[in-house]
Amino acid sequence: MIEVIDIHKQFGEQKVLKGISSVFEDGKCNLVIGKSGSGKTVLIKTMVGLVEPDSGDVKYDGRSFTQMNKKDRTILRREIGMLFQGSALFDSMTVEENIRFPLDMFTDMTEAEKLEQVNFCLARVNMPNTNKKFPDELSGGMKKRVGIARAIVQNPKYLFCDEPNSGLDPKTSIVIDELIKEITIEYNMTTLINTHDMNSVMGIGDNVLFLHDGLKYWEGDSKEIMNITDGELFDFIFASDFLKNLRKNARV
Amino acid sequence: MPSRNSKSVYFFYIRFSSMGKIFHDFGVYLILLGRMFSKPEKPRMYWKETFRQMHDIGIGSLTVIAIVATFIGAVTAVQFSYQLRGIGLVPMWWVGAIVRKSLILEMAPTLTALLLAGKVGSNIASELGSMRTSEQIDAYEIMGVNTSSYLIAPKIIASIVVIPMLVIISVFLGIIGGWAAGVLGHFYSTAEYVRGVQDYMKNWDLVVMLIKALLFSFAISSVSCFKGYTVKGGALEIGKASTQAVVLSSIVVIIINFFVAFLLLD
Repeated sequence: MIEVIDIHKQFGEQKVLKGISSVFEDGKCNLVIGKSGSGKTVLIKTMVGLVEPDSGDVKYDGRSFTQMNKKDRTILRREIGMLFQGSALFDSMTVEENIRFPLDMFTDMTEAEKLEQVNFCLARVNMPNTNKKFPDELSGGMKKRVGIARAIVQNPKYLFCDEPNSGLDPKTSIVIDELIKEITIEYNMTTLINTHDMNSVMGIGDNVLFLHDGLKYWEGDSKEIMNITDGELFDFIFASDFLKNLRKNARV
Repeated sequence: MPSRNSKSVYFFYIRFSSMGKIFHDFGVYLILLGRMFSKPEKPRMYWKETFRQMHDIGIGSLTVIAIVATFIGAVTAVQFSYQLRGIGLVPMWWVGAIVRKSLILEMAPTLTALLLAGKVGSNIASELGSMRTSEQIDAYEIMGVNTSSYLIAPKIIASIVVIPMLVIISVFLGIIGGWAAGVLGHFYSTAEYVRGVQDYMKNWDLVVMLIKALLFSFAISSVSCFKGYTVKGGALEIGKASTQAVVLSSIVVIIINFFVAFLLLD
């Protein structure tokens, strides 16, 4: 479980996060949605320590991340997996080297054990026999899957995904969403997904947090979100006439 | 039109804000170097990365260094032969001594460093810059890797080991170039040239050359790492950082060159 307590963050004069609090539970896909510039990415980066908050706290199963020293943070980070928007695979390494890098760096596993773990993760994301390929030989969806394999290779307790569907076609987006959902349940992870994609919200959103102008505007599950009738969240979800009509027809 | 007073205020604002940026950047550079000195998570991984960098910097630069050094030696020999022939009072075997001395003390370390500032410096800055903008450095951080140590230290260590080797190779090739040019141009015989190369050899010159090579290699690699690691933005900023790395490390090399010569050659 991850607890976010009254997080504030300001860049110069611009207040990006104005006191966000929430609880993200184990085994659930927690989605953070909001318009561009609403503070989603800053929130996720603050939670993993890539950005320091001005005030507030982030607790990982009761352990205060903001008050930890550098050494403890490094240890905690080994329990975190992250899928980046652009996958962030290391260009100079093959798929296998990318996935095994955390094992090489932080474990004393034998070569055979590492290879077994890499192959297991690749099979889990439906990418067998791609060990020797380089990132520039992969499609966008394949890169995301390798990114997920790298994120789960150390059996993390917490998984962060920054816009996992950006740049993907609708069908591949659904595959990635389902994969994240399956892995979350399988590993009983606390998963936090930052997205714009309403398909993801409806498909895998166990808990949805809507940010608007640096504030938590709404929180609930994907079923409740359909009953929203007005306000910023309604404008965000039903931005297109197509979706508005779809909702109208569904109600009729 | 701005008044005289507001013009002078503007002048001081520009002057002090740019001075402030220089001090700020220098502070960030020192902090980055300071963070580099930490216990490696897995020393074997650091060595592996260091050897990869040695290969990239050393083997990757060998051809260009070889071509430039050979022709620099050749042109130095031709220029001095032409001058000394004109005077007529100086024996031609002096050319060998002049080529050797100028290569060891100036040409080989400085020209090699300036060439590598262009090739290796821009390479390091753009590699780190693109890693920064594509979130690869963030990915390392999330895993718990000390990026300032893992990504920068191997590059600096590899440069400090490999660049002095390239300088030594360029001295040898420059001397061979000088011999080839002189003999082909009938300025002097092989025996005269070899005599010149061997005469009045001072070991201190070699020490100065190696000190220069070590300082230059540290300057080129650390400045380029700093410029690449601290990139913010996209492709345009990576290009700018790469150019700045080349320009700044070249300037630093020239300044170090003066101070080493000033302090060590009396």
